Amino acid sequence: MTRRYVIVGNGPAGVAAAEAIRRHDTAGEIRIVGGEDTGFYSRPGLAYLLTGAIPEESLFSRPASDHDLAGIHRTVGTVREIDPQRHRIVLFDGQAMSYDRLLLAVGARAVRPAVPGIDLDGVVTLDNLDDARRILRLARRAKRACVVGGGITAIELAEGLAANGVETHYLMRGDRYWGSVLDPYESALVEGRLAEEGIRIHRGVELAGVIGRKGRVAAVETRDGSTLACDILAVAIGTQPRLELAHLAGLQTGRGIWADATFQTTDRDIFAAGDAAEVLDPETGKRGIDSLWSAALDHGRAAGEQMCGVGRPYRRPAPFNVTRIGGVTTTLIGAVGTGARDVDLVTLGRGDSNAWREHADAFAVVSDGEANHLRLVLGPDRLVGAVVMGDQALSRPLQHLIRERVDIRWARDRLSRGPIEVRKALQALIERTVPLGAA
Amino acid sequence: MDLLQRDRLKRRALVSAVIVAEAVRCVECGICTYNCPQGIDVRDHVLSGLPVSDAGCLTCGECVARCPRGTLRFEVSPLFRDRVGPGRPVR
Ligand SMILES: Cc1cc2nc3c(=O)[nH]c(=O)nc-3n(C[C@H](O)[C@H](O)[C@H](O)COP(=O)(O)OP(=O)(O)OC[C@H]3O[C@@H](n4cnc5c(N)ncnc54)[C@H](O)[C@@H]3O)c2cc1C
Ligand code: SF4
Ligand code: SF4
Repeated sequence: MTRRYVIVGNGPAGVAAAEAIRRHDTAGEIRIVGGEDTGFYSRPGLAYLLTGAIPEESLFSRPASDHDLAGIHRTVGTVREIDPQRHRIVLFDGQAMSYDRLLLAVGARAVRPAVPGIDLDGVVTLDNLDDARRILRLARRAKRACVVGGGITAIELAEGLAANGVETHYLMRGDRYWGSVLDPYESALVEGRLAEEGIRIHRGVELAGVIGRKGRVAAVETRDGSTLACDILAVAIGTQPRLELAHLAGLQTGRGIWADATFQTTDRDIFAAGDAAEVLDPETGKRGIDSLWSAALDHGRAAGEQMCGVGRPYRRPAPFNVTRIGGVTTTLIGAVGTGARDVDLVTLGRGDSNAWREHADAFAVVSDGEANHLRLVLGPDRLVGAVVMGDQALSRPLQHLIRERVDIRWARDRLSRGPIEVRKALQALIERTVPLGAA
Repeated sequence: MDLLQRDRLKRRALVSAVIVAEAVRCVECGICTYNCPQGIDVRDHVLSGLPVSDAGCLTCGECVARCPRGTLRFEVSPLFRDRVGPGRPVR
């Protein structure tokens, strides 16, 4: 009998799942339902659309024809209802689809702070292409913008607005940028770069409300009672997995949709993956959420296999993200958390992982005073995390040492003995575990 | 060594190089493809896991330099290509 697979979500998790299913089940009927009326595009690329580095067409990375050839059907529409008993979903336009296996890859949405005026025209978040288009439209007429929040998205919004000639003010609630993940030196490095781009940083400022005129943003008001006139307020205080469909289906949820290491939810025929899923790591017994492009692809691939009844349980690798913040290429690997609370993010941001918040008690730091900086997070017997800013030469070997949990005990002492020793010890570790250039 | 000869040597070294990618870093933004003067779909190579060994590639380095994620790099000898797995250090 032909198996019917329905995937809700046309993002990386959904698409990777569809492709994996096709590899293992050549006869199955595969349908993707996505809420956006565009084809598959790069969400992280939206930041570069805002700065003008690429035109919109460049975001579309996978031609629809590839999926047509693979017999993957795509429907534009929003799912309104799931009936797990009858194995059926219904879209808002009334269309119904039956499934044998269902995947929820519905992603996460930006949260907005509960302050007066937050729904005024001119308050923006950055979740999708429509949002980016709206921001660009608004920026054309705007003189001044305020940005609140933290993590990567807040910076991308600020840089995008500034690149469009808008006077941009970044209002930080805390006293430094992304304090839960970056150390003070790293925060200062990014802040210095932003200042060079003309972005004005305000510290210890908390948004109290948005003041409107004729339904549009006219100013922001802060807790200390002062106001700052602006035409745009961009918000990036964190994201929330979309849970509505899971609730309708009676699935168990926490911060995200609960899934086990085979991506199965609490209903055996419904799976969850990507930003929306809170996945159990059988090794630690903990559930984790990532908001990462490569993690969403991994999830999707693994979930697709499981939906076909093949594949191995998922082991969450040390999360990994590389991004350009304030013009500095930055790689975050594994547990790099500083232990500090981040007051600018109320939940997980985009390009973020809760594993970065876990922190160890020992660090090794090497900085050259310019934009090149390296921070290693040391566990008792292995490296648990690393931050690599600027020169990326060590990023790949470090990723290997962390992901493969390479034993560092014999070099650990040297790793805490100052910059020169750190470099030497690292080199020795790398050479000893994976000889350069060898397979 | 005269300048011309040095140029020629450099050129030869570069021509024998291919662009390889560390796919896990790629976010499919398309900056590489957009900036390639030869119109090579660099991103498509990254997605399919194939190095850019296109005869049209000038090894100009635009894609390598502009990728915001440090995904791309030159690898000098294509002979070594198959022996390099993901996450392995390569110089
Ligand atoms: C501006 C921005 C910058 C980012 N930067 C980075 C970065 O630097 N590095 C990084 O690793 N990651 C980054 N990310 C995060 C990354 O894009 C996400 O982790 C990834 O897209 C998650 O994939 P997903 O498939 O789970 O969900 P999404 O890509 O969010 O896709 C969700 C899909 O579900 C659909 N959907 C939702 N509800 C319904 C419904 N009821 N019915 C039908 N369809 C529905 C949506 O239309 C969409 O197609 C960024 C994201 C954004 C927005
Ligand atoms: S090196 Fe230059 S010509 Fe070759 S793929 Fe990159 S941008 Fe194109
Ligand atoms: S520029 Fe880099 S991240 Fe963007 S598509 Fe090309 S390789 Fe991927």
